[in-house]
Amino acid sequence: MKIAVCVKQVPDTWAEKKLRSDDSTLDRESADGVMNELDEYAVEEALQIAEANSGEVTIVTMGPDRAAETVRKALSMGADAGIHLVDDSLHGSDAIATSYALAKVLEGRGFDLIIFGSESTDARMSVVPAMVAERMGLAQLTFAQKVNVAGSTVTIERATDYGYDTVEASTPAVISVVEKINEPRYPSFKGIMAAKKKPVESLGAGDAGIDGGQIGLSAAWSGVNDFAVRPPKAAGTVVTDEAGDGGIKIAEFLSAQKFI
Amino acid sequence: MAEVLVLVEQLDGSVKKVTSELLTLARSLGEPAAVWVGGGLDDAAAASLAEFGAATIYVADSADLSEFAVAPKAEVLAQLIAEKSPAAVLIASNAEGKEVAGRLAVKANSGVITDAVAVDAGFVATQSVFGGSTVVHSKVTKGTPIITIRPNSVAPEAAAGAGTKVAVSVALSDSAKKAKVTGRTVAAKGGRPELAEAAIVVSGGRGVGAAEGFGVIESLADSLGAAVGASRAATDAGWYPHQYQVGQTGKTVSPQLYIANGISGAIQHRAGMQTSKTIVVVNKDAEAPMFELADYGVVGDLFAVVPQLTEEIKKRTS
Repeated sequence: MKIAVCVKQVPDTWAEKKLRSDDSTLDRESADGVMNELDEYAVEEALQIAEANSGEVTIVTMGPDRAAETVRKALSMGADAGIHLVDDSLHGSDAIATSYALAKVLEGRGFDLIIFGSESTDARMSVVPAMVAERMGLAQLTFAQKVNVAGSTVTIERATDYGYDTVEASTPAVISVVEKINEPRYPSFKGIMAAKKKPVESLGAGDAGIDGGQIGLSAAWSGVNDFAVRPPKAAGTVVTDEAGDGGIKIAEFLSAQKFI
Repeated sequence: MAEVLVLVEQLDGSVKKVTSELLTLARSLGEPAAVWVGGGLDDAAAASLAEFGAATIYVADSADLSEFAVAPKAEVLAQLIAEKSPAAVLIASNAEGKEVAGRLAVKANSGVITDAVAVDAGFVATQSVFGGSTVVHSKVTKGTPIITIRPNSVAPEAAAGAGTKVAVSVALSDSAKKAKVTGRTVAAKGGRPELAEAAIVVSGGRGVGAAEGFGVIESLADSLGAAVGASRAATDAGWYPHQYQVGQTGKTVSPQLYIANGISGAIQHRAGMQTSKTIVVVNKDAEAPMFELADYGVVGDLFAVVPQLTEEIKKRTS
């Protein structure tokens, strides 16, 4: 079974994220880059499926040079090979362009499963897995809190607001996973050493057959008019519950605000 | 006036509040047209859509539309874009709504903006990003604007529309029939509103200390008709089910009132609730970063403060 995992390098969760003043894109230079947290669950799920189905796992990423660190991390967890789509012309690509570029890289390689984290912690749109499924005409099995692979049949529990739906499809399929589906493993020392020798294919946009007119900031399907950093919230009232009437004080506040 | 399509959100045939919000918003942008996908549109549901201004209700009803996930809704909307040339499509910003929007954008070769909290008459969307630290105004520049709107962004106001039903026949493509829904499991939620839609959310975190500790959180929530949320520390510890996690890797909520109990206020949590209109914080640690967001805060033991608050609310509302 051939499995691809699409991962994204994002600014560290703890870093202050900001937009660039020149082109309103995310400032990726000003913060440390880490693997998007939910993608770690995607890598782990792929490794578990591969272990049970004698499969191989290929890590796919799109991003600037240093996104290679994220591919290396996934390889050190145990994935077999990497593909890094890197090209200056991709800068500023929106979700639609990203899904196009990823589909171009993924198509024709015979992947049975393409696994994503369900959301990136920077853009937080949660749309790229669905868009890739749409573009490639593949089954969409997204927001999985559980994945079961039996031969060519894949069944997931799709997390919903009311509980979950059970959704079934045949491979090839696109999967996205939510947190808690598994416990991502830490790379071992042996894994880190082995990762250095694993193959990573570096592709330019042209190598992947990507039409330059469909990617980058100039081709984006939406644009930022303006943005502003919100001033810190004005300090509210904070009292200490010394007299033991803290609950009553909150009730008075809620009453004054017409909540009760 | 050009039509503005609103994809209806419903559960077991009853229209969700967020749809009334989107219809209210659509009235400021054009002529609202509700789009109902699947069976079960009864008179009560149709009346509810008309009450909030739907001039037209497009009804795409065939059995196979509800048998498959996400893709059929995108196909119905893509067909309506092609046939009706609407000014925009508005969809609720939840997991499924965003995926429908994403697939629709690819199909209709149109731009998509997610998680908007407002849209002006020029279809400029306002988003609050990076945990509410930055406000962005953006606009779709190609095709039909497809915009997903966060629940609780617009106050629903009734204004009757004709609610004329128009049947839409859709022949689903093979690729829309690839992911089959074979079962639905509804988790017990004790009659509380849905977290993402709730006007009031009461949350507990590490300070709650144990699964049993959530009893006081639930009692407070019930006294206010609120939903219950939890921080990642609490869900990771197994004290409360994971689907109630509010935060960067969980749900994003934007209620009128958010009451955070025993939550320190790590960025992971703040990213999921920072745009709440009014924030109340209870924490025994006066240094907890959560107090920076508080409109009103009490430094104290939540097991003393919260039950007292619950009793006081019951007293005042009985």
